[in-house]
Amino acid sequence: MAEHYSSFTPGGTMWLLQRITAAFLVVVLAFHFFLLHFVNHAADITWQGTQMRMQDLGYFLTMVLFLITAAFHGINGVYNALVNQGLSGTPKKVVLAVLTLAGLALVIQGVYVALVMRGMV
Amino acid sequence: MSQSYNRGLIEDFGRWKEFSAGMWAWIFHKFTGWILIGYLFTHIAVLSSAIAAADGQTIVVGGETVNAYTGTLQGLESLFIVRVMEVGLLAVAVFHILNGCRLLMVDLGIGLEAQDKSFYASLVLTGIIVVASVPTFMQGVGL
Repeated sequence: MAEHYSSFTPGGTMWLLQRITAAFLVVVLAFHFFLLHFVNHAADITWQGTQMRMQDLGYFLTMVLFLITAAFHGINGVYNALVNQGLSGTPKKVVLAVLTLAGLALVIQGVYVALVMRGMV
Repeated sequence: MSQSYNRGLIEDFGRWKEFSAGMWAWIFHKFTGWILIGYLFTHIAVLSSAIAAADGQTIVVGGETVNAYTGTLQGLESLFIVRVMEVGLLAVAVFHILNGCRLLMVDLGIGLEAQDKSFYASLVLTGIIVVASVPTFMQGVGL
């Protein structure tokens, strides 16, 4: 039995970022589910309630960071899954470009929605 | 002392009968990950009704005129199928979180000799949490 397994390679920045975002998301995703399904029931969510929660700067920033880290973690995860699946050459570059654009669009739209919820736009 | 195992290509799904616990964990993690990122896009699309709400737009839900955001969310939540899908999403998210914790431990080299047991524990714990959450998730919805 090995003493230590690691897929970390020198220069594996994306690998490291995937783990750092994972550690953050484990906590925040659990918090998000708990707050919006058990403390506040999803069926009872109203525009006023959302606006009120978003007025709290800490909550607002947590949600924006949640969106950015989740988008990165998800897009990077999908990309790596496809690379593991044997994606290479030009298709690999095209997929990376499409996924990056989709991720950016998701973050831009999400941040805009968050700003609207906070009444800043 | 380092020892490595060559179990062959995991992406060759046709070999599924030969898969070990760790390989199933890997596949479940990928599968739940695909669902979660797909859901995130849907989630932001639904929450974008906030833009219409901030603009003062309203919609009619159950004969009642309500704010576009409240109406969109409560309209969706009134559907039985949406509640069932939410329970499914919870199952996917809980497994991804628990197995994610397991993976972080594996990456740190902690408890490697029990990595198969921790996968089974993730599955069992996911099942318990999801079953226990069903009443909360299905509250107030009719068939």
